[in-house]
Amino acid sequence: MAKDNLPISRRGLLKLSTTGVVTTAIPVTGFAEPSETDSKPTEQVVKLTVNGDKKRLKLDTRTTLLDMLREHADLKGTKKGCDHGQCGACTVLVNGVRINSCLSLAVMHQGDDIQTIEGLGQPDNLHPMQEAFVKHDGFQCGYCTPGQICSAVAVIDEIEKGIPSHVTGDLTADIALSREEIRERMSGNICRCAAYPNIVDAIQEVGEGNA
Amino acid sequence: MRPFNYHRASSVKDALAIAGAKSNVKFIAGGTNLLDLMKLEIETPMHLVDIADTDLDEITTTSAGGLRIGALVSNTDLAANKTIRQHYQVLSRALLAGASGQLRNKATTGGNLLQRTRCPYFYDTNQACNKRVPGSGCSALEGFNRNHAILGTSDRCIATHPSDMAVAMRVLDAQVEVKAANGDTRMIAMENFHTLPGDTPHIENTLKAGEMITAVALPPPIDGVHVYQKIRDRASYAFALVSVAAIIPKSGTAQFAFGGLAHKPWRDKTAEKELLKGSKAFTDALLKTASTTEHNKFKVTLVERTVAAILAQAEEAKA
Repeated sequence: MAKDNLPISRRGLLKLSTTGVVTTAIPVTGFAEPSETDSKPTEQVVKLTVNGDKKRLKLDTRTTLLDMLREHADLKGTKKGCDHGQCGACTVLVNGVRINSCLSLAVMHQGDDIQTIEGLGQPDNLHPMQEAFVKHDGFQCGYCTPGQICSAVAVIDEIEKGIPSHVTGDLTADIALSREEIRERMSGNICRCAAYPNIVDAIQEVGEGNA
Repeated sequence: MRPFNYHRASSVKDALAIAGAKSNVKFIAGGTNLLDLMKLEIETPMHLVDIADTDLDEITTTSAGGLRIGALVSNTDLAANKTIRQHYQVLSRALLAGASGQLRNKATTGGNLLQRTRCPYFYDTNQACNKRVPGSGCSALEGFNRNHAILGTSDRCIATHPSDMAVAMRVLDAQVEVKAANGDTRMIAMENFHTLPGDTPHIENTLKAGEMITAVALPPPIDGVHVYQKIRDRASYAFALVSVAAIIPKSGTAQFAFGGLAHKPWRDKTAEKELLKGSKAFTDALLKTASTTEHNKFKVTLVERTVAAILAQAEEAKA
């Protein structure tokens, strides 16, 4: 469609998109427009455990789990890459399960047990997965590494629990810790330095109990 | 992200009551798509009702011999469920072909059905998009539309529905269980749940105001070879160019549903009758009304070849 044929101008479109006329997937209220008075920031108290420490934080409801960890719990190990769930740099363990902390609100984690890279191991007490990443050169710049390691720890757990993947041949048989399985399961963690072969080496070694 | 009020519902009844008393409300479960869109201010709810504490996280058997999957069951848990892995393999395969491990852990059954399109012009708020701003036009029509729809399109929208899970549910003829604020429950067949764009591409399903998805009901298992074949630009963690969910019985007609072709999971039972005459007769009937662009016409060939390959492999498996 030519620009001239657009029923509204670009300026009009920009204006619309900043005044809140949007579609809703769940048509609870159609095109209700938020009024100025109703759209003030709201705060709520969140109680949760981070790396074994009990936290009580008063947060803007918009705060993501990722921003809560970095800006309010002073844990800078978890990284913000894309902030849209595409890169995996923000991966943490919530009640033992890996998720993208950028796509979850802190207020959604009332009472949850969060584990970050700082909780997995410390410089003088490394987690076996951290040791294996060092041994196999599983990183170059290191930015994606906390997410890679949290994800890798969860991958081994998921295989042990018998959760299949896209490359699992027989959905009802035991799952082998093959390179193909590891690569598929780690596809949500991007490494721009492309340390992938070494990351797979590290995970395979820990998974086979040889770390 | 626009400011909003956050409410944590203690039950389904509570969630529906909170939603019913407010305006501009969204239910939130996993939030993997909704929060992404809220960051871009494509979604701007004033109230979020979190349904995490409701009892919708179970998979139970139905009196009809099928399964009832609670709306909160995660994609990972559903794909790994023993009954699903044994008797509904097409669903397990579809789920595992979607997203990443982290996202599948958080994404839910109900939320997956309500996923919004990944059309780049829908995401880019500087572009015209009838889905995002009704009446503003469609930048995809003459834009980079390699991954856009070829069936059931309109001159207002050529976006596709991105879900893999929904394609498997369509081939299984699942039913979506929906609850209204007054407590009434109704079942919507997958066939009728998602809508075509027509003149109203901003409307994507037949949920009514205030209704909430509480579960998806699967019919009794369907015997046969279950296949989910997803063709994409990367081997993992990418949306489908074309995906095919198929159930091919030992004898009788096969069932097919398609992703990446339309605004909804696509199934054509009339075209399926042509399967007796072979793969090409089926895909010719299926794609008879296809409307393609210079960039996405390859999807026609891709569908023809993928269906032919699936049928050939199923024949080999039978032999």
